[in-house]
Amino acid sequence: MRIEAQWLHRQIQFSEEEICELSGLSATELRGLVDYGVLAPIDPGARTWTFSADRLVLARSAFRLRNDFGLDLDGLALMVSLLERVRELEGEMRDLRARLPSGSR
Amino acid sequence: MKYKDYYSVMGVDRKASDEEIKKAYRRLARKYHPDVSKEPGAEEKFKELGEAYETLKDPEKRAAYDQLGSHRPGQDFRPPPGWEKQFGGGEFSFEDIDLGDLFAGLSAGQHRGGRGGGNVRMPGQDFEVTAHISLEEAYRGTEVDLELAVPEYDERGFVHRERRSFKARIPKGATDGQRLRLPGKGGKGLNGGRDGDLYLNIALHPHRLFRVSGHDLFVDLPLAPWEAVLGATVQVPTLAGPVRLSVPPGTRAGQQLRLAGRGLPRPHGGEGDLFAIVQVAVPSAAGERERALYRQLADASTFNPRGHFEQEGAK
Repeated sequence: MRIEAQWLHRQIQFSEEEICELSGLSATELRGLVDYGVLAPIDPGARTWTFSADRLVLARSAFRLRNDFGLDLDGLALMVSLLERVRELEGEMRDLRARLPSGSR
Repeated sequence: MKYKDYYSVMGVDRKASDEEIKKAYRRLARKYHPDVSKEPGAEEKFKELGEAYETLKDPEKRAAYDQLGSHRPGQDFRPPPGWEKQFGGGEFSFEDIDLGDLFAGLSAGQHRGGRGGGNVRMPGQDFEVTAHISLEEAYRGTEVDLELAVPEYDERGFVHRERRSFKARIPKGATDGQRLRLPGKGGKGLNGGRDGDLYLNIALHPHRLFRVSGHDLFVDLPLAPWEAVLGATVQVPTLAGPVRLSVPPGTRAGQQLRLAGRGLPRPHGGEGDLFAIVQVAVPSAAGERERALYRQLADASTFNPRGHFEQEGAK
C-alpha cells in the first residue's frame, strides 16, 4: 500500500473547525490562543477564520502541552509563544551554520 | 505479557504518596516532553513516563498494578489467579497484550462492556514518526517504509497492537524539519469517530558537500589564490550534476556566489538557490619554483590586506 502525503505548509489552508478536529483543541481554546496572538489566522478580520497548514503543527503541540502539563490558557499561551521563539532562533542558527564555511562551525 | 516497572520509570519508591508521584511526573515531563526536550530518546522516555503515570495516579489502577507483584522489567509473567476478575471484569488472554494497553483499558466505564461497546465517538490515535532521508531523496522525492503498532480493540474493548506496514510517498520539495500529514493512517476511530492521522517529520541526513537552510543549499568553493585574483571558470557540484561557474576577478574569501534555482525544489513550484561560499585555499607545501614566484609577487605587489588596522591605530 502506498500513500501520498499532504504538506503542512503555508500554501495549504485549514478552517477553524479542521484545526480543532485535527489538533484536539476546543474552539474556545483555539480562539483563546488567537486572542493571545499565539496562533494567527490568515486574515484575523475575516468572518470565518482560515489557518495556514503549518499552524496545525503548533496547535497540536499546544494540545499536548495543555494535556501533559495541565496548563491553563495563560500558561499555555506563554509556553507556546516561547516555544515558537525557540524554533525561530533554531531556524536562524541553522541558517547561519549553513553559511559558515566547514571547519569554522 | 511483559512486565514494566512503572515505579522505576518514574524514579519513585513503591510506597510513594500520590503527591510524590505527581511531583516526579512534573519533573520528568518537563525534562522529556517531546515538544520541549532536546534529550536523545526523549520521545520514547516520555511515552514510558506517560504510561507509568496514567496507571500510578489512579488509585484503582495502582492497586491492580501492585497486585501484579514485582518482576524484572521485560520479564514474561502472568497476573495472579483471579486478578482479571477482580480488576478486569472478565476473562481475557494475557498473551499478546501490552501492559500499558491493559491498564488503559481498565479506565472506569471501559472495562465493563469494553471501550468499543459504548457509543461515544472516539477519534483514532494520531502518530508522529520521523523519516530520515538523504538530500538526494528530498531532491527527487522518495518513498519511505513505515511500520506502526496501531491499537485495535477486540470485542471486549481491550486494546491489541497490530503491526501495520506501508510505504509513504514523500513528494519532492521536502526539507529538514518539514511536516507531512497522512490522513487516516493512524489508529482506527471508534463508533464513527474519524481515523487518526500519521504525521511525518522530515529529517535530512547530513551531506558530504551541501549544507541546507530551508530550500537553499550551501557549498564551500575552494579557489587557488590566482583563481580568486584573476577570475576563473570552475566546476561546482549541484544535486543535478556539476555545472560551470564563472568566478569574477578579485573574488574574496567568504563571498557567496549564487547559483539561482540550483537548490531544493519547493513543494508548489520553484526552487531554492545554491550558494557557493568562496574559500581561498593555499597549498600546504609549495615547491621551490612556486615559492620563488610568490616572493617575486610579494616584491612587486603594493597590496596591503591589513591597511584598516593601521587606520584604526592612527585614530
